[in-house]
Amino acid sequence: MRYLPLTPTDRKAMLAAIGVRSVDELFRDVPKTARLASPLALPDHQGEIEVEREMAALAARNVPAGAAISFLGAGAYRHHVPAAVDAIIQRGEFLTSYTPYQPEISQGTLQYLFEFQTQVALLTGMEVANASMYDGATACAEAVLMARRVTRRPKVVISGNLHPHWRDTVATMTRFTDAALDIAPPMPTGSKDLAARVDSDTACVVVQNPDAFGRLSDLSPLAERCHAAGALLVVAVTEVVSLGAIRPPGEMGADIVVAEGQSIGNGLNFGGPYLGLFATREKYVRQMPGRLCGETVDADGKRGFVLTLSTREQHIRREKATSNICTNSGLCALAFTVHATLLGSEGLARLARLNHYKAVKLAEYLAGVPGIRVLNDTFFNEFTVELPKAAAPVVEKLAARCIFAGVPASRLWPGVKGLENLLLVAVTETSHKNQMMTFAGALSEALR
Amino acid sequence: MSIDPRSAITTPLPATVTGNKALQIEEPLIFEQDSPGRSGVDLPEPPAFEDRLGGLGRTTPLGLPGLSEPQVVRHFTRLSQKNYAIDAGIFPLGSCTMKHNPRLNEKMARLPGFGDIHPLQPVSTVQGALAVMDALAHWLKTLTGLPAVALPPAAGAHGEFCGMMTIRAAHAAAGEGRMRVLVPESAHGTNPATAAALGYRVESIPANARGRVDLAALKAKLGSDVAAIMVTNPNTCGLFENEIVEIAEATHKAGAYFYCDGANFNAIVGKVRPADLGIDVMHINLHKTFSTPHGGGGPGSGPVALAAALAPFAPLPWVVSGPHGFELVETVDGATARSIGRLKAFHGQMGMFVRALTYMLSHGGDGLKQVSEDAVLNANYLLARLQGALTPAFPGGPCMHEALFDDTFLDGTDVSTLDLAKALIDEGFHPTTIYFPLVVHGAMLMEPTETESKASLDQFADAILALVRRAKGGDAASFHAAPRLSPRRRLDETRAARAPVLRWRPPAPKQAAE
Repeated sequence: MRYLPLTPTDRKAMLAAIGVRSVDELFRDVPKTARLASPLALPDHQGEIEVEREMAALAARNVPAGAAISFLGAGAYRHHVPAAVDAIIQRGEFLTSYTPYQPEISQGTLQYLFEFQTQVALLTGMEVANASMYDGATACAEAVLMARRVTRRPKVVISGNLHPHWRDTVATMTRFTDAALDIAPPMPTGSKDLAARVDSDTACVVVQNPDAFGRLSDLSPLAERCHAAGALLVVAVTEVVSLGAIRPPGEMGADIVVAEGQSIGNGLNFGGPYLGLFATREKYVRQMPGRLCGETVDADGKRGFVLTLSTREQHIRREKATSNICTNSGLCALAFTVHATLLGSEGLARLARLNHYKAVKLAEYLAGVPGIRVLNDTFFNEFTVELPKAAAPVVEKLAARCIFAGVPASRLWPGVKGLENLLLVAVTETSHKNQMMTFAGALSEALR
Repeated sequence: MSIDPRSAITTPLPATVTGNKALQIEEPLIFEQDSPGRSGVDLPEPPAFEDRLGGLGRTTPLGLPGLSEPQVVRHFTRLSQKNYAIDAGIFPLGSCTMKHNPRLNEKMARLPGFGDIHPLQPVSTVQGALAVMDALAHWLKTLTGLPAVALPPAAGAHGEFCGMMTIRAAHAAAGEGRMRVLVPESAHGTNPATAAALGYRVESIPANARGRVDLAALKAKLGSDVAAIMVTNPNTCGLFENEIVEIAEATHKAGAYFYCDGANFNAIVGKVRPADLGIDVMHINLHKTFSTPHGGGGPGSGPVALAAALAPFAPLPWVVSGPHGFELVETVDGATARSIGRLKAFHGQMGMFVRALTYMLSHGGDGLKQVSEDAVLNANYLLARLQGALTPAFPGGPCMHEALFDDTFLDGTDVSTLDLAKALIDEGFHPTTIYFPLVVHGAMLMEPTETESKASLDQFADAILALVRRAKGGDAASFHAAPRLSPRRRLDETRAARAPVLRWRPPAPKQAAE
């Protein structure tokens, strides 16, 4: 077996050194009744050729987004990832290392985490960021838990235009706590009622920008209302590339920014693994969840990096920890850091402009399709269109032609009246003009 | 060619002019290599157009440094050379299962049919992905003997949260308000942290003199207000809980559930089914037992195997078989009415599912059994090689997949467990887990895994034995100075925590001389 170095001779010599006759003697603490008497009903081991054939056959039953014309977004975006990113993250020194608990031989991981934290703070316009979380949705739930620790208040106001998966993740993670969620209904053409929900019991308001329908808002007035009431403003970002073009949440008064970082450096991967970004203000840093990397010096006085403020964490604090989290999304964070470093300010700003430009063009093309209305007045690279009939069957119809038209709102908000005809459409730099024209034409036909 | 004997080192060498040491190259931060306007990505500039940002365009600079691709590749390559990794050598971190990561797994995860599919594509276009999830769940069900598997959790601690929440929800559905959770004092910190996050009161169960759960103490604490016990098996002392069947019986008799932390599943996979031990729910770290890469701290994946009584509470989404193939149930409704709901966006760590399934297909049922046997054999071999010079924490019996020592053998040497760990770094090894579990003084927990050869184990054991001889010979100073040869020497962690510097900031502009 190719992954097992011990030979029968080795095993025999080792058993002799231990002083037992068989390996089963080493399992003697296992109750006899629990030892398997016969092999499990599983296939036997196979070589690379056979395994590769079997896995490739499964892969072939999927239609890759890149083999179709795709306008899917809603929290996962197909961007171009430069070839250098995958080459770097496949280096064994990064891929097969552990959490940097021995900093003297983990400076590679620690330095890129320090660079990553800085990049996230810069993009979000915040003071500090952690070393990443599982994904944007879990980061959002952790932000709510943190806001409750900071304010010691129960109420959590959630925008109806927060991605429903994020909303539901918050609901699950707070279900057996004292949190009282006040969830507004989805408002595809904009909501202004959140400020009115803020009161002296409110721990935080969670709002997404651009929101789940693609709309942009100036959050400054909401931030002022929150701060006047002693509540925190949590801003969620599902498309991190947008921060290359729009005013960052930190400049609009956000206290915590959580984002899905997949768009930079990471592929679609059917929804995971992704990369949760978490940034906040310096004064809250000891209430932050997750790992943090900090700068220090070594015994020779040279600059180096370590995991720090671990007295917040479960391995020290056990049941009193700020979170049960024991891992971050290290390799995805590395991919983000490499891609963001390749881009630089110039590249990211241009990437964001290109995304926005293509979305503006697609909105123009779709607005020309009879019966279709673009609902957004503002957007970045994703917007909502209203079709003259239910969107889900139209999407199915176009999928048969290898066009992924977008995400029907009914998939994200099932059973919500008034959203059945809405379609969320996303564009990135990977979409080209011909594809957009083909889509507009096919949509026009499907609606006839 | 002959070597001039005068080149032998007799006096200390001066530091290099650059500070570099051959392959170890000092590397500044990316922010210190900035040249404004430079970029490592070529993208077309769009023509002038009327934006739709509603006056909310970004006006402040992004502040990211400008580097070209060769600089970026060199930067991260140099950083990589400052990391220890399984690919470079033995990584005997107890409780972490640092085994070889097969490269076929990486290749499969990058097939466009897996890597380039969107989570919200029409379900008809992702049947192969759902088949992977279904097949992975089938393997995990077969290996654990439990009837249901929840795939969404993104890591071990996330899986603990998921599993414990199904317990809380099941008790709530039955109208029972059980609020205590019992956790052995040797448990991973995530166990009590998870129970506390779900509102439970955590109580510690002491260990007995043999490093196992004290059954009498457990029975004394069990009662009608206990929701669950959380036990790691094999436990964090590397020992099998030989009274586990009695533990399960007592737990069930009290109406509580038996949660097993599956971090150490590698010791028994293919050999023992957790369900046959009386376990009701167990998370499985795909990044440990099933070889998905640790990646310097994630991403992981922590599916949870569930007993029938807990299965209705499994998180969304569910993969079910329907008349037109696999379906993805994403909403709480009908059959999923009792689900605890969503734990993250989308459907779980698909990239890890592909890697883990590839690993399973490579090993097969027979290979997985060999995995646990070799993992246990390797750990016992290390124990046998070291027990004369080091002090096993619980002598007198075999260990499972990891060997635990206390620091009694260092008494009187002025060398601590930490010092010995740092000396191992200079010898080219990653240290063992140290100071965990907390129940053993100065603990050193060694988990070699099944992917180490006998030669590798011998080399590691020989080095430790030589270091212990040196420590006992009175050379404490060299241990206190270790490591000397790593890219950095001991780092000042107190300073890092006292005045945290968590990001780079541009240096203050120099005042012009007047």
